[in-house]
Amino acid sequence: MKLSYLERALAASRGGKPAAIATNLTSGLQALIEGSDFTGDLKVDEAITEGVRKALSEDRSTTVETDSGPVFVEVFNPPLRCFIVGAVHIAQPLARMAAALDYKVTVIDPRTAFATDARFPEIELSTEWPDEALQRLKPDKRSAIITLTHDPKLDDPALIEALKTTAFFIGALGSRKTHGARLKRLAEAGFGDNEVARIHGPVGLNIGAISPAEIAVSILGQVTSVLREDRLKQRDPA
Amino acid sequence: MNDNQEILEQASAWRKAGKGVALATVVTTWGSSPRPVGSKLVVDEDGAFLGSVSGGCVEGAVIGEGQAAIKDKKPRLLSFGISNEQAWDVGLACGGKIQIFVEPVE
Repeated sequence: MKLSYLERALAASRGGKPAAIATNLTSGLQALIEGSDFTGDLKVDEAITEGVRKALSEDRSTTVETDSGPVFVEVFNPPLRCFIVGAVHIAQPLARMAAALDYKVTVIDPRTAFATDARFPEIELSTEWPDEALQRLKPDKRSAIITLTHDPKLDDPALIEALKTTAFFIGALGSRKTHGARLKRLAEAGFGDNEVARIHGPVGLNIGAISPAEIAVSILGQVTSVLREDRLKQRDPA
Repeated sequence: MNDNQEILEQASAWRKAGKGVALATVVTTWGSSPRPVGSKLVVDEDGAFLGSVSGGCVEGAVIGEGQAAIKDKKPRLLSFGISNEQAWDVGLACGGKIQIFVEPVE
């Protein structure tokens, strides 16, 4: 392995561009694949190209069989993203813990008294309105969106925008009563039962969490269980 | 910072210090296995290492093979697991099987 390959693959993925490294497990020959470009001493044939396309789309490194032996395709996808709406107390441990789980975290809150660097050191902040921020940042199927404000003025526009995306997780903090009222408002805004069913509310696994940090654990536990749903199903086919 | 980034930085630091370095990567898993495909361990010529390819079950053997790869500059594909025919004196207590690719770092 050339260190420069690993360096370039990691830099590309951090910059939002997927990359892959293909290694022939018999000869050790390698190629770095970035988009349609590739470099290296391994010949990138059709089987490898197809393997890379599939592995990137499934976000799963895999071994493909080729005429010259098995080739390991390692995926370097851009990081998962986590959008937290509401720079409230719970957002502080939630942002830190999500970053520890390798999410690229953005905390969104137009209330500049809440969204401060002092309260969220090293976390990307947006003081746009949540709907505007989400339109600009374009959450995709590798994104989680969590609203924490309890304030319909902020949560509702965020959820309406979130429901238009392919985000793998949408969650909203608030009691069952608050969530019931929220679902009613979203129905009035024209969303059907199937659509609003995507919202995990009240967000978080029921682990009896009390403190902000415990609530953050319960939320990220639920996000992880949705992210790894296919593995859960494999283990527990019932 | 993710695991791969730490591995890269450690490998660079050892290379800059003039050490031989090898990289081990989990390329296949079957059944229950402690670390997913793509997990990495980096080792220098003295046997110092960072990262993991199992829950600590096979690291000792992988480090030895890493040092051997640094010496002969050849990659190797290792298999560990209960039904393995190779005479490894280490295995996975969880009953899974893994394949680990070990290569010298340039």
